[in-house]
Parts: sequence; C-alpha cells; structure tokens
Amino acid sequence: MDFWKVGLLCLLWAASVLAIGAVELGRHQPTERISGSAGDVLEDDPVGRLKVFVYELPSKYNKKILQKDPRCLTHMFAAEIFMHRFLLSSPVRTLNPEEADWFYTPVYTTCDLTPNGLPLPFKSPRMMRSAIQLISSNWPYWNRTEGADHFFVTPHDFGACFHYQEEKAIERGILPLLQRATLVQTFGQRNHVCLKEGSITIPPYAPPQKMHAHLIPEKTPRSIFVYFRGLFYDVGNDPEGGYYARGARAAVWENFKDNPLFDISTEHPTTYYEDMQRAVFCLCPLGWAPWSPRLVEAVIFGCIPVIIADDIVLPFADAIPWEEIGVFVDEKDVPQLDTILTSIPPEVILRKQRLLANPSMKQAMLFPQPAQPGDAFHQVLNGLARKLPHDRRVFLKPGEKVLNWTAGPVGDLKPW
Amino acid sequence: MKLSAWQQSYLNRRSNSFRGQLDTSGESAGMSPLTTFWFLLHSAFCLISVVLGFRFSRLVFLFFFSAASTNFSAFRGGEISAPLVMHSSLATNPIKTIASPANQTGGSRVLVGRHGIRVRPWPHPNPEEVMKAHRIIERVQREQRALFGVKKAKTIVAVTPTHVRTFQKLHLSGVMHSLMLVPYDVIWIVVEAGRVTNETASIIAKSGLRTIHVGFNHRMPISWDDRHKLEAQMRLRALRIVRKERLDGIVMFADDSNMHSMELFDEIQSVKWIGAVSVGILVHSGGTEESSSFQGEEETPPFPVQGPACNATNNLVGWHTFNSLRYAGKSAVYIDDPAPVLPRKLEWAGFVFNSRLLWRDLDDRPQWIKDLEVLDGVDEDIESPLSLLRDTSVVEPLGSCGRHVLLWWLRVEARTDSKFPARLLELMSRLFKHCTMDPLVLWRVVHKDGVWLGIETYNTSYLLKPEMDTGFWVMVWSRSSFGLGKLDGMEGGVVVYFMVALGD
Repeated sequence: MDFWKVGLLCLLWAASVLAIGAVELGRHQPTERISGSAGDVLEDDPVGRLKVFVYELPSKYNKKILQKDPRCLTHMFAAEIFMHRFLLSSPVRTLNPEEADWFYTPVYTTCDLTPNGLPLPFKSPRMMRSAIQLISSNWPYWNRTEGADHFFVTPHDFGACFHYQEEKAIERGILPLLQRATLVQTFGQRNHVCLKEGSITIPPYAPPQKMHAHLIPEKTPRSIFVYFRGLFYDVGNDPEGGYYARGARAAVWENFKDNPLFDISTEHPTTYYEDMQRAVFCLCPLGWAPWSPRLVEAVIFGCIPVIIADDIVLPFADAIPWEEIGVFVDEKDVPQLDTILTSIPPEVILRKQRLLANPSMKQAMLFPQPAQPGDAFHQVLNGLARKLPHDRRVFLKPGEKVLNWTAGPVGDLKPW
Repeated sequence: MKLSAWQQSYLNRRSNSFRGQLDTSGESAGMSPLTTFWFLLHSAFCLISVVLGFRFSRLVFLFFFSAASTNFSAFRGGEISAPLVMHSSLATNPIKTIASPANQTGGSRVLVGRHGIRVRPWPHPNPEEVMKAHRIIERVQREQRALFGVKKAKTIVAVTPTHVRTFQKLHLSGVMHSLMLVPYDVIWIVVEAGRVTNETASIIAKSGLRTIHVGFNHRMPISWDDRHKLEAQMRLRALRIVRKERLDGIVMFADDSNMHSMELFDEIQSVKWIGAVSVGILVHSGGTEESSSFQGEEETPPFPVQGPACNATNNLVGWHTFNSLRYAGKSAVYIDDPAPVLPRKLEWAGFVFNSRLLWRDLDDRPQWIKDLEVLDGVDEDIESPLSLLRDTSVVEPLGSCGRHVLLWWLRVEARTDSKFPARLLELMSRLFKHCTMDPLVLWRVVHKDGVWLGIETYNTSYLLKPEMDTGFWVMVWSRSSFGLGKLDGMEGGVVVYFMVALGD
C-alpha cells in the first residue's frame, strides 16, 4: 500500500513539473530577465509593504472637473485620474490614517483643457494650494510632517512647476508647498529645477487597449531601419526652429530627410502602430519637454528606442536599466545618428530586442484598466515602498514650521 | 537683467498661439523707462529689417553677444543671405547666443533658449552606412525567422515550364533570383518545351540550386489557348518526376513570367496536404492605354484576383476565378496579338501541395487524391490541380484565407521576330553588378491619397523620397536583375514593362 502511495505522489510531482515546463515552452520569444540596479524589482509585489490613505476631497477637485471634460481620460496626462481610481480599490489602501505610510491627495490639476485638448496650467497652482489648505485644516497629518509623507501625481509638462514653457517653469520653480512631498511625475531631467530629488518618474499615459488592438504577427520581418512620425518644426510657436526641441528634431530632419534608412515624416498614418512593429529603431526625441509617449509605444512594440534628450531621467530609472535597453544619443551628435546606429554590433541589438520582449518590461509601462500585476501603478507603489521607512527627521516637532505658505507669485495666493 | 527682459518681450511677441495669449498670470503691468527704451530700440530694429529685408536684430545679437568660438547655425528659410552651416567637428561646448546665464542650472550642460540646428557638411546617405544597416536588418530578420518561423522547414520543389524566346532570360532570371533568396532548400524542376537547350541550361546553372532540367517533346504552339494546355502537360511531366524520384517537400508552380513574394515561401510551409493562395492577375494592355477601366473602381481591388474564397469563419466556401467576359473579343488569341493575354479560370500557380500526395505507395495517402497514373496518356485538358482531387473542399486556404495576394501572374512577351542583343545583357550586368538590394520581385507600393511614398516587399523597405505620381517610371534593381516599371493606379502592384535580367 505504501509503495503505491509513494508511487502516486511521485507521479503527481512529475506531472506538475512537466506541466509547468509545458506552459513555459509556449511560443514566446526567449527573453532576458531585466536586472535593475536594485535587482529584479519589476516583479515585486507592493501589497503588504506599504499602506496608503486616500483623502476624501470634495468632488470639485476631481469628479466635477472630469465631468466637465471627459477628454482627460484619454490624453497623455490621464495617469493622475487612473492612479486615483486604482488606489481607491487597491489592497494597499487603508481607511485608518493612523497606520498609513503614505497619504494621497486626489486633485486633477491637468484637466483644464483648451479646445485642442492641451492642458492649461494657469489655475493648477491655486488648485493645488487650495487642496493642501483643505487637508491641512481638516486632518492633522499634513502638519505632522509638512507633507513629507504625502505624495502627489503631477503629470504635466514640467511637473510641479506648473507651466508648459521651460523658462517660465524654471522661474516659478516647484510649488513651495510641495517642497517636502514626493512627486510622481512624467518630467525628468537631471539638475533641473523642476525635478525634485526623490521624485518618482512615470511614463506618460498611452491607451493599452488601442495599442494591443494593432498587434501584428511577430514573424513579420522588421524591414524599416529607423522610424519616426511627428513634428520637426513647430511652426505655430517656433517658426524659425531652434527653440522647439532645442533644434534636435529639426537637425534630424535636415540631416536625414533623403536617407532611405530613415522613415521619418510628419504624416499621421493609420498604420502607425503596425509600422513601429516593423522597425528596428524608433526615434524618441525631445519636444517642448524631454519626455514623450513614443517611449512607451516603442517598448510595447519591441522597437529599440533611440532617446535624443540630454540629461533626461526615464521612467522608473531605479528599476529599469535603460542604458541596456535603449540607445542614448546626445543632441550634439544628431548629425552622426546614422553612423552611431549602424555601428552598434548586431549582438547588442539582438540583446536589446530580447530585453524589450520581456513581458514585465512592457507591463511596467502601461496603465491598464483594471490594474494588473507589474503594471505602472504597481511600479509607483514599489517606488514608494522603497522609500520606506520614513526618516526620523520627516516628523516635525509640534509647532515647528518649515514651509513658507506665502512664497511664490502673487497670483498663486488667490483662492481657487 | 536686461537680456532676459529683451528675451521675454521678444518671446512673448513670437509666441502667437492660443496658449500664449492667455498667459496673463505673473505678468507685471505698467511700462518702466527701461521697457520703453527697449520698445523703441526694438521698433527701430523692425524698421531697419523691413528696409533691409532680413532680420537685422539677429545679426546685431550675433555680433555683440556671441562667444569667440566659431559656431554658426544653419537658418531655415534663407533669412540671412548665405546659409551658415555648422561644422560637426567642434569639440567645445555648443551654443550660444541667446541663452541667458540666469537660466543655466548648476551642473547641467543643457541650456534653455534658442539653439542652432546642426547640419553636417554633406547631409546625404553614406553608402557604407546603408550597407551596414542592411546587414543589421538581415541579421535581425534571420533571428526573427529562427524564433517565429517554421521549426522544421520543408524543401520547396519549384516547377517551371519554359521555352527559348527573347524574354526567356528576363523572366527566368527573375524566378531564379526569387528562388535563390528563399531561406529554405529548393529543388528546381525546369521543363523545357522542344528539347533541352544550352541557353536555358546556361541560365539555370548560375542559380546554385539543385536543378532538374528536362525537355518535353512538343514545340510551343502559337495560340495562347494551346500554350496554356501545353504548359499544363509540362507541369504534369514534372510531377511525374517528383513521383519517380520520391522528392520530399512542398510542390509549388513558379511560372517563369510570374512574380513571387518572399512571403509566399514562408506561407506555404504551413500547408498540410494541398493549399491555395491568391494570385493577382496583371493583365497587360499591350500598348494601348487600357488602364482607364481601372480608375473608377476604388472599393474593390482594381485588378482581378484568383484564389480561395472564405466566409467569416475562415472556411473555404468557393473560389474567386478569373472573369474573362470583360475582355470578350479583346484578348489575344495568337502570340503576337497586341491585346491582353488572359489567364485561365484558376491558374496552376495558385496551388501548392505536399509532394507526398504524388508518391506511388504511401500508406497514409488521403482518399481524395487521384493517382497520377490515372492521367497517364490521357489527352484531356487538365485545367488546374483541382482536377486531381475527388473532393475540392479539402484545399487549405493560405495567406490569411486568401486576403493577402502573394504572387502575381503576368504574360509579357516580345514579338517572336525580335532579337535581343546578347552583348547588351552582358553590358548591363557589368553596370549593375554592384547594386545589392534585395530583389523586388514583388512590390507593394505604399501610397497615401494617391501620392506614392515608397515601395516595400515582404522583407525590404525602400522609400522613394520625392513623391511620385501615377505614370512615373520606377527603376528597381536586385542583386542581379534590373527592372523598369511604371506606377499604375493599382494599390499593391507595379506593372512591369520590361525587366532586364543580368548575367552573374
């Protein structure tokens, strides 16, 4: 009898091992594990490692704004809205603020859109300030740390500097009330006023269903060498060139417009996503701001991103080794772009493609509805969890004040 | 700082977008004397510029505020008379003029402000770089094939009926180069009408493939109908060879004047017993401008397509055949007629099958295939391989159920009394020896709103940079053939007017 039991157990164990093996032998491209600077952190599960308390703000800060303009759900700044929705139903949410490690304030500052769909940041500082005044007067947790254990999602062009023009943004600087908070933003550039130390850089929002609807068979040969679709000159705002993209996009056009290897133009083809999947390299140059949704699209479609933006900080840079995945080209080296790209050894190119094919890499760039493990929401939470436990200096003694509530331009102090 | 004030007012004036106009926050009201002074200076510069015809202020700036370095930038639009090109060999820091020091953040080398547009002295493609890029693309595609392509590639058995004529070298070389590029093993069976000749043998010897060259004891007749029938008989002769030698692979029919896509050879690897692909029919109008009949039709493909017809669940329900009623009375009957040559209802070229179907004693041969011996000695017309089947519903539709057209049928022949000087071919082969693009034996023309943007095959993209229009001549070349075609109003095809096959 015992012998049969042992035999049956052995059989079951063998079957389970083989079954696992069979699942792995799917039709996937062999991928390489992405080892970030902190190890394989993309697959970490934040549940259990942190607790987030979501403030209940009146709907004029979030729902009413969204109701006025539902376009905010599909533009590239939609991450702030989807982050709110994710946190409301996530297991890391706690209803007891005493046990919370992080506090989240749901205020949609990037939802005041022009008829063309571009967000106007002029009321955003006042909106943010009003929200902070509300939470500091209704709950004691802001004053306890002056916001050092609070985080805010500020996905606009230059983050919490709340302006779309770089000089103005630098002049304004980060909103004084947010000096101690953690900012979750798309903007990232080293040694820039608008990137605070300790910020978490996220990818811009790109609609996952739309991209997955345009997938083509993986065996379609990649026949385009370099692909780019977008503006080279912004004739509305910068007619002579040299200002937009610091002249880098214009340089790409002037140097490579008749080069058959570079499939670049300003067209809006219906086969944009399909064409990216047939390209080896996809250009991701800076525009008015250094970040671009093209990075997300390139990662999803397996096209090696060529990043032309000096000193840029890419999303989740502490978890994703971008130097091994993409190609970085200095803006001054743009005229030699063809030499740079053709001198990359084929083995390196194949390795980059393998890294890009890793599903956890693609998942980390997306904001799917509903949230899935390993997606950008979870990477944000991982980033917040990595910052725990809070330093002792975060907690202020009673009566101690660090922030200057009257700093900033006079216009910002008006109530919203 | 006065520089930033100047810059501020300058920029405010320049940005004329909707966003700029609403920019009212943070703007101080009231004009100080300094502002008035700058305003007057600015208007003075404007007047001078109007008189001179270019931006005087920019010159002043360059003159007064530029560093000692010899950096210039290329200005678009020729505002300054001589365009100044930036040399790419500068090692020092870049630019320049308008970046105000107040904006430079500590430690960063990125400056805010206007930058020059760097253009290298010779902004045109370097052929060596292009070749390196093609090699990279080739390596990437090889990797893709290894990962996602067929795991156990079967041999392709290509059957080609041919005969000696002026354009034989053209057509046969075209097929030969397609077969040479197939990434799988190829056995090429060439059946020649008349007898085996040295001309044909010399052409196919250059392929490097395993070839079986046999003769067929009939001369090519002069009427197209009889020619089609004879070609069918020649194909059967080749099938008998497959049976005799017990060749293992996938049999496909590569008529020598057809054009094949590389995608075809990848697609037919997935056939189990017998499959059908869609064939595009290019009916050459023989000199007169007959293409007017195609211009009105935009919704349906403007050229006939033969092949399997599927329903919504991708099951074979019927066949798209060639409708010759439209050409009734206008088609060529004899070989030198200046009229379109029509195909038959279903061409042999659209069918592929597993060579095991023909073997003599195969245990698991399906019931629905007739034995080839049944057709021995029978003189009736075998129109298409469907006659070999008892049950036509077993045919597998390939190419996304017939939606992709994978090969093109065309019959273009020179007049029988024409002579093509052999020396010319040798000369051209020497001229084009170094052209090393992949064969464009099938090309899909990419266009948007009637403007041609590029030509691409399954695994190559070649962009036509200046936009071209219908009627433009396109010169395309492969490793050893060169063709001249005309862009016609057909999405997905180029009508080849003549193609010169080179030696080598």
